[in-house]
Amino acid sequence: MTAADTPAEVGGDAKAEPPHGWRLFFIWLILSLAASLVIWFAWKPHLPPGDMSSSARHQQFDIAVLAVAGAPVVIGVVLYFIYAIVVWRAKPGDDSDGAPIHGNTAVQATWIIGTSAIVLFLAVFGTVELIGPAGAGAGEGPSPIWTLAGTNSATWTPGNNHILQVQVIGQQWVWTYRYPQFGGFESTVLDLPINTPVEFHVTSLDVIHSFWAYKLGVKADANPMVDNVAFTTPEALGGFEVRCNELCGIWHGAMYNSGQVMTQSGFETWATGVRAKEQASGVLAALPPFALTYDPTVIPQLGKNLVKIVGVTGAAGYFYGPSNPVQP
Amino acid sequence: MSVPARAAALIVAFLLVVGLGVFVAYYYIGSATTQLTTVHYAASRGTVHVVLQEDPQNNTATRPDWVSYYTQDPTSKQWIHTTLFSVPANTRVDVTIYGYDGCTPLRNNYWSKVQGTLGDTVTVQQFDKNNHPIGGPKTTGLINSWSDCNVGHTFAIPDLGVFVPVASPNAENSVNNLCSSSPCTPTSGGAYSLETFSFMSPAQTGPYRWQCLIPCGGGFLHGNGGPMQTLGWMTGFMYVDAT
Repeated sequence: MTAADTPAEVGGDAKAEPPHGWRLFFIWLILSLAASLVIWFAWKPHLPPGDMSSSARHQQFDIAVLAVAGAPVVIGVVLYFIYAIVVWRAKPGDDSDGAPIHGNTAVQATWIIGTSAIVLFLAVFGTVELIGPAGAGAGEGPSPIWTLAGTNSATWTPGNNHILQVQVIGQQWVWTYRYPQFGGFESTVLDLPINTPVEFHVTSLDVIHSFWAYKLGVKADANPMVDNVAFTTPEALGGFEVRCNELCGIWHGAMYNSGQVMTQSGFETWATGVRAKEQASGVLAALPPFALTYDPTVIPQLGKNLVKIVGVTGAAGYFYGPSNPVQP
Repeated sequence: MSVPARAAALIVAFLLVVGLGVFVAYYYIGSATTQLTTVHYAASRGTVHVVLQEDPQNNTATRPDWVSYYTQDPTSKQWIHTTLFSVPANTRVDVTIYGYDGCTPLRNNYWSKVQGTLGDTVTVQQFDKNNHPIGGPKTTGLINSWSDCNVGHTFAIPDLGVFVPVASPNAENSVNNLCSSSPCTPTSGGAYSLETFSFMSPAQTGPYRWQCLIPCGGGFLHGNGGPMQTLGWMTGFMYVDAT
């Protein structure tokens, strides 16, 4: 038998082949539509990270779009695989060769055009979704290209669309948060007002950490001496956790605390209350002037006059430098 | 080699590799946890009294130059080189810390503020090298480590919101007068501070890690390694047991 001989030609009594292509297409179309509807209407509302903020909502939307775009491809591959096994499997006693495969320009063109269109769409879609929500909740570095709409102000009051600035400070192994528009008080909880553009300034006092407010859809590296800016707008009331997402030492896994999205008036009450409390306790005056970064190695640069006492053991009033006395 | 012999050799080799992995894991995990003693504090009339000290050195042969906490056994009053201790749940915990190490400024002066203790305060009394008190005890909610060199380390249990700056000996008095042999005692010839505070243990039982927030690992990059990251030195667990 030559390669050109098909079983039908050899046997002469084979039935006409059914329209496999159309069969596959219709099954694929139905399954893809069903999967897309399930993804969009049943799965999307539960997809991480939720919709607590503008960036989180966009991320949830992005994941759903990717799933809807990817589902037909996955279904097409798996469907063809199963169809081939079921329909084109060798029958018992049939030792003949399979039909030779010739090129099919239409199939190849459809595949290339279809996948190219998907990839190009995703590239454009991804760019739009990066720019639209001002960096998609990721750190943009010290000079962010995309920012949220809002008014920059030295103070923050409810109802004025002022951008709230929050400095996120990582150190082994605790997060703290400074609010420069409220006298620069510092807190171990990250409270935010709803429907307010928030500008996070993320930095570190020692090693590299990563600020990850998962439910807010915000993640930005915290590097010493670097001001990493990220944006989001909280859109739902409730609590959330902040975790470190960069392996930073023995207690990396325990480096988390919490925050709360509250009403704008409730936030103002909380912030002014904490500021007053820290003023009264004296810690507000003990903090360095607010700056976008802090040099972790040299106290005088933090703006305070440290009493230096010659001869004091320990660190002699200064931090251990990177070469004091030797590297491990 | 026959098929059964090859199969047997394969199984033996596989078991050897698995056994080696288990041994290594057990060895390292075991070496990290089982050598530390846990000091158990029992409540008396609803209160436990935890006693710690922090020293500029320690009495181990392997890391003698590391700063370290010690925990006092409530029965024998012996100082145990461990940072693991247990307290009952829902109990007032009175803590006494002897600060024998010199001062180091806080990297974040926010931790100068006493947080999470009853009244958000601590009481500090400093002593000179002859064990004579310097002034009287002072109750304060802030020990500003930047306005004067008077904070040695901190005692923090982040999950409970407990952040306590631990006073160092008076800076002038501690010049060349720190305790040099651990565990230190008030009469061992070094100036020291005595700090007390209280907090409530939580209702939820389990381990609560505690740590120092002053990077005090000399010889490590910016002081962050060594004793800062090793159980038994400047970090540990407070185990909260059922009452």
